[in-house]
Amino acid sequence: MRNTKVEIAGVTLKNPVMVSSGTFGSGEEYEEFFDLNKLGALVTKGVSLIPWSGNKTPRIAETDSGMLNAIGLQNPGIDVFLERDMPRLEKLDTVVIVNVCGHSEDEYLAVTERLSDTAADMLEINISCPNVSADFLAFGQNPKMVEHLTARIREKTNKPLIMKLTPNVTSIAEIAKAAEAGGADAVSLINTLTGMKIDVERQTFALANKTGGLSGPAIRPVAVRMVYETARAVHIPVIGMGGITCAKDALEFILAGASAVSVGTANFVDPFTALKVIQGIEEYMDRHGVKNIVDLVGAVH
Amino acid sequence: MKTVCMASVVSQNRIGTGIFDLWLHAPEIAEAATCGQFVALYSRDHSRLLPRPISLCEVKDGQIRLVYRVAGAGTEEFSGLAKGDTVRVMGPLGNGFPMENRGRALIIGGGIGIPPMLMLAERLPGEKQILLGYRDERFLQDEFQAYGQVHVATEDGSFGTTGNVMDIIREKKLEADVLYACGPKPMLRAIKEYAAEKNILAFISMEERMACGVGACLGCVCQTNSIDGHSNVKNKRICKDGPVFEAGGVEL
Repeated sequence: MRNTKVEIAGVTLKNPVMVSSGTFGSGEEYEEFFDLNKLGALVTKGVSLIPWSGNKTPRIAETDSGMLNAIGLQNPGIDVFLERDMPRLEKLDTVVIVNVCGHSEDEYLAVTERLSDTAADMLEINISCPNVSADFLAFGQNPKMVEHLTARIREKTNKPLIMKLTPNVTSIAEIAKAAEAGGADAVSLINTLTGMKIDVERQTFALANKTGGLSGPAIRPVAVRMVYETARAVHIPVIGMGGITCAKDALEFILAGASAVSVGTANFVDPFTALKVIQGIEEYMDRHGVKNIVDLVGAVH
Repeated sequence: MKTVCMASVVSQNRIGTGIFDLWLHAPEIAEAATCGQFVALYSRDHSRLLPRPISLCEVKDGQIRLVYRVAGAGTEEFSGLAKGDTVRVMGPLGNGFPMENRGRALIIGGGIGIPPMLMLAERLPGEKQILLGYRDERFLQDEFQAYGQVHVATEDGSFGTTGNVMDIIREKKLEADVLYACGPKPMLRAIKEYAAEKNILAFISMEERMACGVGACLGCVCQTNSIDGHSNVKNKRICKDGPVFEAGGVEL
C-alpha cells in the first residue's frame, strides 16, 4: 500500500497537496465542487489585524500561460475571520494553515498572537506580497529583516511557522536560510513574480495598480529552480508552488526537493485541479513502485 | 448548484459584426439558471487560463443561449465553435435579477448588455417596456417584440431615437416604478442617477475582469456604499454577490 503522508514541523498531511493562499478564500466557494477533506492542507487567504479594502479594479489581467493579479490582500480582518471562517475550518479533516499578513512588524505579531490559541494547525507568514506598499515587500527581500521578523513571530507562538518567500530577490536560498535562522519550521515558495501588462489599444496599464503578481504555468520553471536551490540550502521542509496544473507539475517540485506542493492559479482554471493532482500522484507512485512519497522528495539532485 | 461540464454546441450563428449567437446543450446549468446569471467558458488553448464570463441570454429545453461579442483571442476562439463541438463551461454563476412584480418596469439594455435582458423580458412578471440602445448595428431587437413594447435608440441615428437609452426615456416621457439594466458603465451611471432622482429602484448588472468566477479570488469587486457582510469592507464580489446589484448600493 502506498503511503502519501508527509510531515511538516510535526504536523502530518494525508498527502502533499495543498491549495495556495489567496486562490481559495477560506474554502467556502470550493466546497460546492468537492470534499475539502481530500486535501493535504488548505491555506487561507491572508488575514490582517484590521480589514483591508485592497486595490482598485481592474485587479486581474490574463497573460500568456499566466495571469497578473493585484488584489492587494483584501481581507475582512482577524476578528471576522476568527468568528466566521475559523469555526467552519475547524470542522474540516484536513490541515488548516492560516496565512498572516501585515503592514508592520507589530501587525504581524498581533495577528499571530490572535491565532495562537485557535485550531489553526500552522501559520504561513506572507512576507512576499508584491501588491502592498513597496516598503513592505522590501521586508521579505532583506535577509536580516526576514530573520528578525521570523524570530519575533517565533517568540509569539508555538504554532508551526511557515515563511512564504518572494522570488523577487537575487538569491531566494539566502532568504530561506535567514528564515531558518530566525526559527521558521518551513518555507513556502514561490509567491508571485512582479510584472506589468500594458493595454496597447487604450494606452494604459492593464491593472489599476500598474504592477501585479505573475502566476500560472508561465512561472513554473523559475519556481522549480528556486525550490531546488532552496531545498539544498536549508534543513527545514520546503513547500513548493508556482504554476502547478497537474500531478506531473507537482512531481517536478517534489523531485526537486519540495516536501509538499501547493496548487494556486490552477484552481481558477479548474476547481478540481488539486483533487486531480492528488489522484495523479497516487497513480504515478503505483506506476513507479514508490511506496512512500517522501522517497521522492529531492530524488533528483 | 454550479457545475463544470463539457457542453456540446447545438448551433452557432453570426448575428452582427463580431456578434455571435451560441446555443449549448448543458442540461444541469439550464436547469439551475435564473435571469441575470452568467456562465464561464474555458478556452481550449491552455495558454489562455481564465474562463470568459458570458451572460445567459436564454435558457430552454436543457440548452443555454449565449450572445457575445468577439473582444479578444478567447471569444475569437469561441466564435469558431460549430455544431457538435464541445466546450468546457462552468455555471450558472452569480445572483441574477429579483423577479417580483414591482409595477411598471423598464428593461434597458445597451450594446452587448442587451442579451441578458432577453431572458428577463421573457420572464419578468408585470407591465414592462423594453429599451435597447445600439451604437449603429442592431441585433436581437425582433426577439424582444414578443415580451413588450420595444423602444430603440441608435447613436448614429440610423434607427429610432438618436442617442442612447436615456434619450428614449426623455423623448417618449416614459414613466416607471422600477428599472432593470445591463450595459456600459456610463449608461449604468445615468440609470443610477435617474433612479435616484425619481426615487425608484434600479437593478443593474455589472462586469469586471474576473479570475475564479466563484467568489474566491476577490479579483472582480465593485465598491459599495456600506460595509459588506462578506468582505467586511466596502467591496462586493461581482461574480458571486452580483453581477446584479441595486444601483443605490454600489459606486459606479
